[in-house]
Amino acid sequence: MSESSATASRKLPGSLNANRRLDRWLRINRDGTVAVFPGKVEIGQGILTALAQIVAEELDVSLARIRLAPADTSYSPDEGMTSGSQSITDGGTALRYASAEARDLLLQRAAARLGVSLEQLSVADGVVTARSGGSVSYWDLTSDDLLAREATADIAPKPASLHTVIGTPVPRRDIPAKVTGTPIYVQDLELPGMLHGRIARPPSYEARLAGLDEAEVRALPGVVKLVRDGSFLGVIAEREEQAIRALTRLKRIARWDDHTELPAADPRFLLKEATEDTVISEKHDAAAAARAAKTLEAEYTRPYTAHAALGPSCAVARCENGRYTVWTHSQGIYPLRRDLAPVLGVKENDIAVIHMDGAGCYGHNGADDAALDAALLARAVPGRPVRVQWMRDDEFQWEPYGPAMVVKLKAELDREGGIVGWTEDIWSNSHSTRPNGLGGVNLIAAWHLAQPFKASPPRNPPLPGGGSHRNAIPIYEFPNERVTNRLVNRMPVRVSALRALGATANVFAIESFMDELAAAAGADPVEFRLRHLKDPRARAVIETVAAKAGWRKREKGDGTRGRGVGFARYKNGACYVAVIVEVEAGNEILVKRVWAAIDAGLVINPDGLVNQTEGGIIQTVSWALKEAVQYDRSRILTGSWSDYPILTFEESPPVEVTIVNRPGEPPLGAGEGAQGPTVAAIANAIHNAMGVRLRDMPFTRERVLAALA
Amino acid sequence: MATRLTVNGRTHTVAAEPETALLYVLRNDLKLKGARFGCGMGQCGACTVLVDGKPVQSCDFPLSAAAGKSVTTIEGLARNGKLHPLQRAFIEEQAAQCGYCATGIIMTAKALLDTNPRPTEADIRAALKGNLCRCGTHHRILRAIRRAAEEIAR
Repeated sequence: MSESSATASRKLPGSLNANRRLDRWLRINRDGTVAVFPGKVEIGQGILTALAQIVAEELDVSLARIRLAPADTSYSPDEGMTSGSQSITDGGTALRYASAEARDLLLQRAAARLGVSLEQLSVADGVVTARSGGSVSYWDLTSDDLLAREATADIAPKPASLHTVIGTPVPRRDIPAKVTGTPIYVQDLELPGMLHGRIARPPSYEARLAGLDEAEVRALPGVVKLVRDGSFLGVIAEREEQAIRALTRLKRIARWDDHTELPAADPRFLLKEATEDTVISEKHDAAAAARAAKTLEAEYTRPYTAHAALGPSCAVARCENGRYTVWTHSQGIYPLRRDLAPVLGVKENDIAVIHMDGAGCYGHNGADDAALDAALLARAVPGRPVRVQWMRDDEFQWEPYGPAMVVKLKAELDREGGIVGWTEDIWSNSHSTRPNGLGGVNLIAAWHLAQPFKASPPRNPPLPGGGSHRNAIPIYEFPNERVTNRLVNRMPVRVSALRALGATANVFAIESFMDELAAAAGADPVEFRLRHLKDPRARAVIETVAAKAGWRKREKGDGTRGRGVGFARYKNGACYVAVIVEVEAGNEILVKRVWAAIDAGLVINPDGLVNQTEGGIIQTVSWALKEAVQYDRSRILTGSWSDYPILTFEESPPVEVTIVNRPGEPPLGAGEGAQGPTVAAIANAIHNAMGVRLRDMPFTRERVLAALA
Repeated sequence: MATRLTVNGRTHTVAAEPETALLYVLRNDLKLKGARFGCGMGQCGACTVLVDGKPVQSCDFPLSAAAGKSVTTIEGLARNGKLHPLQRAFIEEQAAQCGYCATGIIMTAKALLDTNPRPTEADIRAALKGNLCRCGTHHRILRAIRRAAEEIAR
């Protein structure tokens, strides 16, 4: 497709910039429907419903006319990853402008057809009517070449005051199928002649296959093929349970050489690693520094945390005449394809990657790895599709975890209780090792082949969004400040993007320390935060949540119950979230109730925003109270839900989310804003309840008892 | 080896080894994909179906144990094209994010409401102790089940 005209150099909004043709995004069909081609994918966050609302709004058609095509490298725009709460700002913005422009093109045709000027026209559900009478529909006006042109972004989207679809709680398009058991997940895909595959992974990261009695496995019922390439070991069977039985046998009889060395369980092992240091914020004010009267220091940690998708990763692949089709729940079909191509030894264009829903992923889990697994098995049985379903322990042991982190803080208070100095140091691996053709291949199977591929060098997403240093720079106004990112490049445990990246640990640390400083200053934690905040939108969410929760100045817990607050502006540039949590300490710490306020600018779907925020909060309660990947010095020990308990229905709190609506402001990414504030609010509530300060996640009963002792 | 079992009121003869987990028979032989694989160890509830009205984790339940019994899956809940009150309530409350756990939770909740049509909040939470949700939709799911219970009780 030619995208080289004069406008090509002009910057277009959102993902339109890299995918400039209008018909890459939209098609107005003669049958009264609108085909939409988003490059972003549904991962349970409701994005497709929100994108449909945007198109319906800007085109003036009913939602029922919108048909969303699944993301497919054969035709979808390349929008990179669906990650970082960017889908509304990237894909939503592109569709807003593309739809507005499509409407304008249709109106121009209508004006010519009806012989009136543009100002005479109005549109209702795709029917264009002239004030003088006479009407014509989009479906009669459209033609194949209507959108065969580059976007100009010259047509401004509607102002918020005219919105009738954006800003309404439209029901999610995908939920009916999800509650009736309709096959919609890639796990459910069934193709004619499909075979079932399983992968026998090594027992640890560095273990390599030393020996195997292949005949024993080949003789098992239903086994079609044993695929062995270096230490990559897979089995293909006619029936799923036969593949599982063969897997069990493979695991029992394969012999491995193992040289894996894992670090100590305490995240503080990071402090001894070589680091690449960058000062990411520095402010000096000698006069303010001279007022320092009191100094506080503290150290906070987060352990390796699993995405722990409820459904383990899965993919289906078919290889035919050297061309591959791969069905996957990857968050990035194009980036995945860039890593698949060299391993399969074909051109990118010889691989079609098609997205289907999977279980919620919350970041980079095993989805991409499973896609390569399926493709490698499919290559061994040309023409027949192979479905690879990871087992529970595959997901727990091989997914890239959210990195362990250490944050050290030091601050000085003046006599009036103002913070005059802030020093912060963070230790972490990179938070992104996603596949994307970045010099190596970031897919497990590729590392295990007889001719192995190297992983791409880790890439820490840069500021202002940041990776390990996401939200490391406090949003508060301090006269002296020094924040140093100490990036650890050695990666003894596989890690990558987990929802909110470094923001979880950084906000946990900053917001816990703000409470410690407030206590040292004898101040109320809510008032103390406001004292150091100028941004009116930041202040508004804190004030809103305090009012909703009925926060009382300097309120004190009663020894078992207490409340705490946490706040952040996600990425220091996306949504604002403030959270108040009530905890009860019994046998375990329980979160009894949560209040939150969120400002995400223009809200496309308020119920979707509330759902995402509630979910983010409850998931974070689970991280904060229970979760840490278990390992010894050579092996990951977490393999099942009994090794990695998560929050249960009996433990889950009610959550009350208030939207601070700002329809005149641009929409802000909102899927990950609650994580950091929630962890901090829980730590602060535990302190409020019992007077103990927990600085290491998760906040288990053992840690409370140790702190009380 | 053939096993006879009744699923959603229809009798099937399935050629699978008797120790095969019921889940794979439902999904792969009968093409009923609503029960989902989550752990294979009976720990998460994504595969929950009813056997003679009782919730079982079908990933950990051999075909032989279902022989001659009546199995109900999520696909068998709608009546004459009308969704079960639980399914309607899940839609009304928008009680899903990824939705992977939803069918198993609805089946567990159906077994509860069939035997205890006026459950307390504690009854509902206790009934769901074998079901996990990773997206954090607990709050909405509980609300949906309360809503369905109220509708059924009316």
